[in-house]
Amino acid sequence: MSEFEFITDTMSRLLEGLPITLQLAFLSISAGMVLAVLLAVARLSSRTAEWFVRGYVFVLRGTPLLLQIFMIYYGLGQFAAVRDSVLWPFLRQPWWCAILALTINTAAYGSEIVRGGLNAVPAGAIEAARVAGMSRFTLYRRIVLPIALRQALPAYGNEMVIMVKSTSLASIVTLMEVTGTAYAIISETYRALEVFLCAGAIYLTLTFLLTRAIGALERHLNPHLHRARA
Amino acid sequence: MSSLIELLGFGPQGWGHQLVLAMLMTLAVSASAFATGICFGTLGAWAKSAHAALPRRMADGYTTVVRGVPDLLVIYLFYFGGSSALSAIAHALGNQGFFGLNGFLVGTLAVGLVSGAYQTEVLRGAFNAIPHGEIDAARAVGMSGWLMLRRVVAPRLLHYALPGMGNVWQQVLKESALISVTGLVEIMRQVHIGAGSTRRPFEFYITGFFLYLILTTLSGALFRAAEQRSARSERRA
Repeated sequence: MSEFEFITDTMSRLLEGLPITLQLAFLSISAGMVLAVLLAVARLSSRTAEWFVRGYVFVLRGTPLLLQIFMIYYGLGQFAAVRDSVLWPFLRQPWWCAILALTINTAAYGSEIVRGGLNAVPAGAIEAARVAGMSRFTLYRRIVLPIALRQALPAYGNEMVIMVKSTSLASIVTLMEVTGTAYAIISETYRALEVFLCAGAIYLTLTFLLTRAIGALERHLNPHLHRARA
Repeated sequence: MSSLIELLGFGPQGWGHQLVLAMLMTLAVSASAFATGICFGTLGAWAKSAHAALPRRMADGYTTVVRGVPDLLVIYLFYFGGSSALSAIAHALGNQGFFGLNGFLVGTLAVGLVSGAYQTEVLRGAFNAIPHGEIDAARAVGMSGWLMLRRVVAPRLLHYALPGMGNVWQQVLKESALISVTGLVEIMRQVHIGAGSTRRPFEFYITGFFLYLILTTLSGALFRAAEQRSARSERRA
């Protein structure tokens, strides 16, 4: 096989793993964002919730993601109660375990980012909304969350890029996404450099498109920051 | 409870010794990768602030690629790529068979290369934060380059870079778990082995959580103390 053929062959095999990488990234980022907002808001609501969220963030940010994946995939099945529960059909599958682990991991980092955004909401805006008679829910939906998320977007964008890269850890629990496929090809052919370049190009394209999309969203959400055209 | 102590303790059936050794291994490989990262980072920061275009482009390429690709992939590149290169050299010298690269070395290089990309940005930012007037003043009193580096630039740089460096260190500690794929027996690998051979994965992985939390918490406190110490000379508003 010529070098060129090997590269195109490798690339097409790696692209077969792309759907799983995209599924893992998309689902865990979206679910993680919902959880992150809930955690950040909960942290402000009561003393007990604050301590719970602090503990959650402390544990998940202080330990490696790989260990968290292993805990969910191998650790939980040790208990008969888990094996007999309705969740077992899900927790038995590496795909669900990876999504669960990635979600709770990114939610920990995300909740801190959203908390920063919440702190940046001007007190005057909240007071004005209260004076106008908004309920707590409306206040959050119309005033607090739009301002906070806009503020948090640049940092959250970095977290999303990290998550896209983190999906590669799912290959260690047997999922054949891009990195898992790359590992398989390398161990068959021992041509590490070529495979690395192909897989790296796929990830670089993904992260590049993601950062561009976030930049566009940022500009869209901050029309007041545009400079007037002369 | 007593069985848990037996399982994780230092008795004949206990895994205590192995776990302590694994923790030291995590610490050693992380420290060595972090130090390697400082070398790459210093080089990168120097290249990024160079006047010539070539080193600047190279450094930009380095940080873009390394920060856009999964760390696991970089580890595989060094693990398999290094082994292939080593075997090729060995064959050329007349030795047959497969030659593997040591997991510690692979981890040091791969994680060091990745953390170096982040450290490049930290150091560059810190360097740019040094007030120009101080360097001018040092020159004006006739300091030589080395003396200026030692008395003005380095203390300032350390102060500005410490918070960012602390973040990178935490990242390296957690990334070191990925080196377990090379077979290096650090915390991640050791708890996985324990989980497999005793069929009590939950206890072992929880122990792993504790060991990593001890490392991240203690070193976080150390970095904070260092930050405070380096801030002694800063003027407070």
